[in-house]
Amino acid sequence: MAFASKKEDESGLSSYYNNKTTVIQEARVFNDTPVSPRKCRALLTRIVYMIYVGETFGTQEATTLFFGTTKLFQNKDSALRQAVYLAIKELATTAEDVIMVTSSIMKDMQANSDVIYRPNAIRALCRIIDPSMAQGVERFFKAAIVDRNPAISTAALVSAYHLFPFAKDVVKRWVNEAQEAVNAKSSSSFFGSSSSGGGGYLGFGAGSNQPSGPQAIQSSSYIAQYHALGLLYLIRQQDRMAVTKMIQQLGGGKSGAGTTLKNPIALCMLIRYAAKVIEEDPNVQRQMIELLEGWLRHKSDMVNYEAARAICELKHVQPQQLTKSIAVLQLFLSSPKPVLKFAATRTLAALALNHPQAVATCNVDLEGLIADSNRSVATYAITTLLKTGNEASVDRLIKQITGFMAEISDEFKVIIVDAVRSLCLKFPSKHSSMLTFLSGVLRDEGGYDFKRAVVEAMFDMIKYIGDSKEQALSHLCEFIEDCEFTKLSVRILHLLGLEGPKSPQPAKYIRFIYNRVVLENATVRAAAVTSLAKFGVNSAEVGLKRSISVLLRRCLDDVDDEVRDRAALYLKVFKEKPLADAYVKEESVFSLAALEAKLVAYVKDPSASSEPLDVSSVPKISRAQAAQEAARPSSLDTIGAPIAKSTSPAPQAPTAAEKQSAYAQQLAEVPEFAPYGTILNSTATPAQLTESETEYQVTCVKHIFKEHIVFQFNVSNTIPDTVLEQVSVIMTPQDEEIGLTEDFIIPLPSLTSASSPGIVYVSFTRENPTQYTIGSFGCTLKFISKELDPTTQEPEEEGYEDEYQVEDVELSAGGDYIIPSYATFGSEWDRMRSGPSATETFLLGAMESLKAACDSIVEVLNMEPLGGSEVPTSDSVHTLQLSGLATGGGGKVLARCRMTYSRGTGVTIELGVRAEKQEVCDLVVAAIA
Amino acid sequence: MNLSLYTIQAFVILDSEGTRVLAKYYNPKSNPQGESKDFLTLKDQKAFEKGLWQKTKKAGGDVILYDGHLVLYKHSLDVILYFIAGPTENELTISMALNSLVDALTMLLRNSLEKRGILENLDLVLLCLDETIDDGIIVDTDAPAIASRVSRPRADSDIVGLNINEQTLMSAYLTVRDKVQQRIGQL
Repeated sequence: MAFASKKEDESGLSSYYNNKTTVIQEARVFNDTPVSPRKCRALLTRIVYMIYVGETFGTQEATTLFFGTTKLFQNKDSALRQAVYLAIKELATTAEDVIMVTSSIMKDMQANSDVIYRPNAIRALCRIIDPSMAQGVERFFKAAIVDRNPAISTAALVSAYHLFPFAKDVVKRWVNEAQEAVNAKSSSSFFGSSSSGGGGYLGFGAGSNQPSGPQAIQSSSYIAQYHALGLLYLIRQQDRMAVTKMIQQLGGGKSGAGTTLKNPIALCMLIRYAAKVIEEDPNVQRQMIELLEGWLRHKSDMVNYEAARAICELKHVQPQQLTKSIAVLQLFLSSPKPVLKFAATRTLAALALNHPQAVATCNVDLEGLIADSNRSVATYAITTLLKTGNEASVDRLIKQITGFMAEISDEFKVIIVDAVRSLCLKFPSKHSSMLTFLSGVLRDEGGYDFKRAVVEAMFDMIKYIGDSKEQALSHLCEFIEDCEFTKLSVRILHLLGLEGPKSPQPAKYIRFIYNRVVLENATVRAAAVTSLAKFGVNSAEVGLKRSISVLLRRCLDDVDDEVRDRAALYLKVFKEKPLADAYVKEESVFSLAALEAKLVAYVKDPSASSEPLDVSSVPKISRAQAAQEAARPSSLDTIGAPIAKSTSPAPQAPTAAEKQSAYAQQLAEVPEFAPYGTILNSTATPAQLTESETEYQVTCVKHIFKEHIVFQFNVSNTIPDTVLEQVSVIMTPQDEEIGLTEDFIIPLPSLTSASSPGIVYVSFTRENPTQYTIGSFGCTLKFISKELDPTTQEPEEEGYEDEYQVEDVELSAGGDYIIPSYATFGSEWDRMRSGPSATETFLLGAMESLKAACDSIVEVLNMEPLGGSEVPTSDSVHTLQLSGLATGGGGKVLARCRMTYSRGTGVTIELGVRAEKQEVCDLVVAAIA
Repeated sequence: MNLSLYTIQAFVILDSEGTRVLAKYYNPKSNPQGESKDFLTLKDQKAFEKGLWQKTKKAGGDVILYDGHLVLYKHSLDVILYFIAGPTENELTISMALNSLVDALTMLLRNSLEKRGILENLDLVLLCLDETIDDGIIVDTDAPAIASRVSRPRADSDIVGLNINEQTLMSAYLTVRDKVQQRIGQL
């Protein structure tokens, strides 16, 4: 046993095994005559092992080894041949010209060969053949898939599965064979079940001496059904009807008893497909849920669990639908098997997020798991209880958690901290014990994500629970004394600057903040300086301002320029109150997304760099709005984090600014628009020009350029078997004298239901770019309709021209030329007193109330209502204040609507507009008129 | 939700010190979800294994969610065997696959599923893994069937000198005959 003896010395083992050179040298044993199967197999094992433990072979080395192994195809020893196939599989990814061995492998795949390595050959084949050759092996595969021996059938199905993405058309033709494999009933019934298989095993050690190789026991797991089902789904996944039909066929009726599927993993897959269908097609929802409920009573735990989980994760599940699933999971909770408990608690923890009441029935069982030896189970149990429990149990739970925080992974710590955070918000009266808990874990070891979760939990407590503010702030002060994460220090310093000055004794925070200036890196020092300045400006005490000035003066000698600059700035600001108002107390900030889009456009456009960036065209938002935009999911919705992460989180609706930059990118891809310059404004939400259930759906987005206007029509074709060619939109202005000239239409060459929506562009030139053109256009969709051949999916030769009337497109003031922006109304209104202005009185007879008038004015003008003035406080008299930005350098525009309401005449408004340009004032007035 | 058959992301065996005995990471290139970005380099893999071992070195857990992966594990004497899967997988499926692999290995190694046994019978272990998982797809879960599909090297087939057959006997006879003839001739 030369092979074994070399391994005696365990310390030198890995270096011996990982020595690539030795292995390549020893590969000459493949060329020996006669070949020694034992030596070759040992060497092949070492090659594979080296790959598995992380060694990599170069292409040349791998190719040499690969073709060395192919010599062994002449040997009849089945033990050797099996090892050869494993080596081929592993080397095939790096070696070149692997396709050369195809015929040798195919020989082993022949139906008449009765060797143990036939399945290995089939599974190796898919690694080496070229997709174009798939057709050549079709016959073998079709026969192998329906082979009586499950090992061969499985190997062929798995191989086909690997091949599918590269040879779709060929593998698709094996659908009938796969269908047959799913329905296979015989399988091993005549070879005996697995219980007797154990006896068979005992005999095989002796049998291995037979020259023809050992005869394998036939698998009794019906696993081929799983692979066949997977392949069928892969082939049919685009076709929802076919998938639905497959589920109904294999589901076996309401009770699930009639199913031919015996393999539990296959049933689990079927459940997942069903869950997907439920999500996509509400029509079959009820029927599918009935199927799922049938599987809750299947004899396999695995299937029960998959079905229960599928029901719990349904999007709009009703509490009464959950009862049965929860009962199944509850049963798992008292199982001795850790895996069952883990599965059940994990699902319940996620479910408790949205349905705490339904999960509460399991509370007694969950309490029993708090001290479970598997920490994950205990964590899930506790977080679930935190969500379902009542106020009385909180203290006890917190105490339990403190006990094992040190033993669990950071991920679970984050889950627990999030759970505690939402609990605080739910039971504010318990805040002190929870704050103690949080400050305790803050002192523990932990990574950034964990510390951030704790700090954010404290931030939320400060924000929502007034009583906890003092205590939480002092905990945070202590934390930054010894905090290794710059980001967290900066955030805490910022918060101290906001909250500290409002506290009864602001002076006590100064020491902590100034310590940062002395001890920390430049980023933190700069943040600390800003924080100090806020105390100086916002605090009521005069003495405090003086002492802060002293501290800031010391910062003037800092080694970092940012710190020095900030200190100098704030010292100056202290002396001049208007500056302080602008730079420290300012309540509005730039809309970050809009600012980003603007900056990107500025950097990309080379001609723009000759002049400074025009900041005034970036809309502003108030701090409250900014906080809302940046808001992370607060309160109760974070606890399911590890589960939620996995179920592909629903993409957040893009904000207006994100859409703007997305449009900008789209337009940049069209060369015709390149000379137009940057977009001044795009419509925030596309206007629907058709009903939502019509055959052709059209929405319109307007892009305003400096000298052009581009209408983007998003056209969808909902008819599956028709293709629309040369799709264009004909626009006719209602008013001939509108001041726009049509440049060109970019039609869509072809549009099918799969490629929908497609985009048609219509471009106009603004004859007078300074003028804000408004008006409406009649629009007609024009196209050539052709039917698709159902088999080839090729369009027919002949089509017919068709037209389709859609609704008119309006070019209006709000949305196209004006965007909302925040401003301090009172001072701005006074400041613009001398600028261009317009005043007009209107009577809006149709308006039923002041509120309705406010809403429609805000909508029409698309301006930001200020100071809550969009909600009238009185029934009869009101003043609405609005602020916005006109695009294309139009500058700020403010509007004041004084309005009165009387039952008889409706709403009378007096609209006052002040802007930086007269055209803008006229535009606003015209928009209302 | 994973709708493909690609279920297992890796199979790892670590010893009692947390060092790698065997590791196979699967990154099937035909996976419809796209190739995974995890575990691409040896460094990432080792870091993952180290952290995982820290959390699982105590026996009796069987399952953990670690670093965004569902991990099923089993202690056997001085080694721990792991299956690593995506976070949405059915725990019971992975557990079943791991159990059948462990059972099959135990049969093949004649009850000594420990580090030494694994290293001395690497050929059996590697083939057994290949019969259980094929590039991330669970191939079978029937332990006796898996074990029986793993061939053993034939004993004693190449021990030189014990190959007594007709030919060797004949050549021995001829040698003896030649020698005797020579001796007789000399006389």
